[in-house]
Amino acid sequence: MSAFILYKVILALVVFTVTLVTAMYSTYAERKVAAFMQDRIGPNRAGPLGLLQPLADGVKFFMKEEIIPDVSNKFLFVIGPCIAMLTALMAGVVVPWGDTLIIDGTEYALQVTDINIGILYIFGVVSIGVYGIMIGGWASNNKFSLLGGIRASAQMISYEIAMGLAIIAFVMVTGTLSLREITELQTGGVGSDWNFWNVVYQPVGFMIFLICAFAECNRTPFDLPECETELVGGYHTEYSSMKLGFYLFAEYINMFISSAVISSLYFGGYNFPFMNDLGLDHNTVTILGMTALGLKIIFGIFFFMWIRWTVPRFRYDQLMNLGWKGLLPLAIINILVTGFFLLFFK
Amino acid sequence: MTFWERIYLPAILGGIAITLKHFFRRSATVRYPEVKREFSAIWRGQHVLKRDDKGAERCTACGLCAVACPAEAITMTAAERKKGEENLYREEKYAAVYEINMLRCIFCGLCEEACPKEAIFLTDRIVHTDYTRSEFVYGKDKLVEQVDARIDVTKRQTQNVLAFKQNKLLSHNK
Repeated sequence: MSAFILYKVILALVVFTVTLVTAMYSTYAERKVAAFMQDRIGPNRAGPLGLLQPLADGVKFFMKEEIIPDVSNKFLFVIGPCIAMLTALMAGVVVPWGDTLIIDGTEYALQVTDINIGILYIFGVVSIGVYGIMIGGWASNNKFSLLGGIRASAQMISYEIAMGLAIIAFVMVTGTLSLREITELQTGGVGSDWNFWNVVYQPVGFMIFLICAFAECNRTPFDLPECETELVGGYHTEYSSMKLGFYLFAEYINMFISSAVISSLYFGGYNFPFMNDLGLDHNTVTILGMTALGLKIIFGIFFFMWIRWTVPRFRYDQLMNLGWKGLLPLAIINILVTGFFLLFFK
Repeated sequence: MTFWERIYLPAILGGIAITLKHFFRRSATVRYPEVKREFSAIWRGQHVLKRDDKGAERCTACGLCAVACPAEAITMTAAERKKGEENLYREEKYAAVYEINMLRCIFCGLCEEACPKEAIFLTDRIVHTDYTRSEFVYGKDKLVEQVDARIDVTKRQTQNVLAFKQNKLLSHNK
């Protein structure tokens, strides 16, 4: 029993560390990707190729003066970034980071916990995430922050509906809510055991899910809550020092987690083509699978940045139109079409 | 808007294709303190008042440069050469005070073109920043070249330029 707890604690710590380090280097990657796309070179002074830049930024965040406005509600002002960070980190526990490792005859699953309602859990945690932004914006007692907070809550609630409906069609195909089972359904692929990733069965659902993921992470083109041109800094206008850092960091962690979730749901998770034809032992395949998942996640994060440095921000009415009049009906039609196919062709 | 424009996706795909193209393009950045950009061969920077071969100042304070100057940046006071100063000044008259206000100067090079004595030239040196406006009025201490540290102006004195200066009809200030 104690061995089990020890293994879970170690796994949780590793996931925690990997999440934070990835988020840290996402800030570096964001600046580099932005630079390359604008024909610049980006940060290159701190360490070789600027690789120590995230550390320098972290030190800067901790050393900065911390300002809490007099007129703010101090308790909520402090709790806002904490909630944002906490919910961002919580979603990582149900993602299957790899298949099982067999050490001394015992099988260790590389997933902190496999609850049978994994997708619902992620939805629940992500919807709490909006409280971090809303509480922070409201507690600042500043009209720009409040506007940013209101926008964030309206946007996230609107897009959660379309996202949920896209997932309903998805669950109709897979028949399970557990992320591990969903990943196992996509085992193999190209090779002897012919199989498709879920994106082939649910292309429209995937598009809806992807667009909603952008909106949930508050990434461009849906970054209206922080909209520098209109709202100064949006919900984090009044924040300084590491509390601002927490908000920015939570955004990158959300990006990492949503890339992982999208990979697991639609792109086969830790599965990769020809995985059963290589003739390697179980542990090696597992490690290769983890690498494959890592590459998928890295591409996902790159895609988030790629879009950010390409597409301009939506106007607020365009955002609401797209969510309610575009994605919501499309998601419902997707459910109907999926149901039709399941009924008559399976 | 047409249907394809309303669903945004084709436009977004076109956009990400463009940014991806730029992602693999060489950056235009010059890594400044390590690498410095080359000046153009005809770069017009800070002025120099030349001396002749023997080290005497060429300027005779005729004032043509001040007249030619569109920004009215140049002022000077003429003085007569005393006996025994032949090694300092080439001709009987010289500039006792010669000042260029670098904040007014537009570095057009008309002073250089107007000069009949080949005394003033613009060089490839940059006028440095400073804290007060008065610091930018350069006197003879900063303008006249040192005897032991001559400044090369051959790039600005090519055959074409000399021919151009001979034919005053081509000049901007007739």
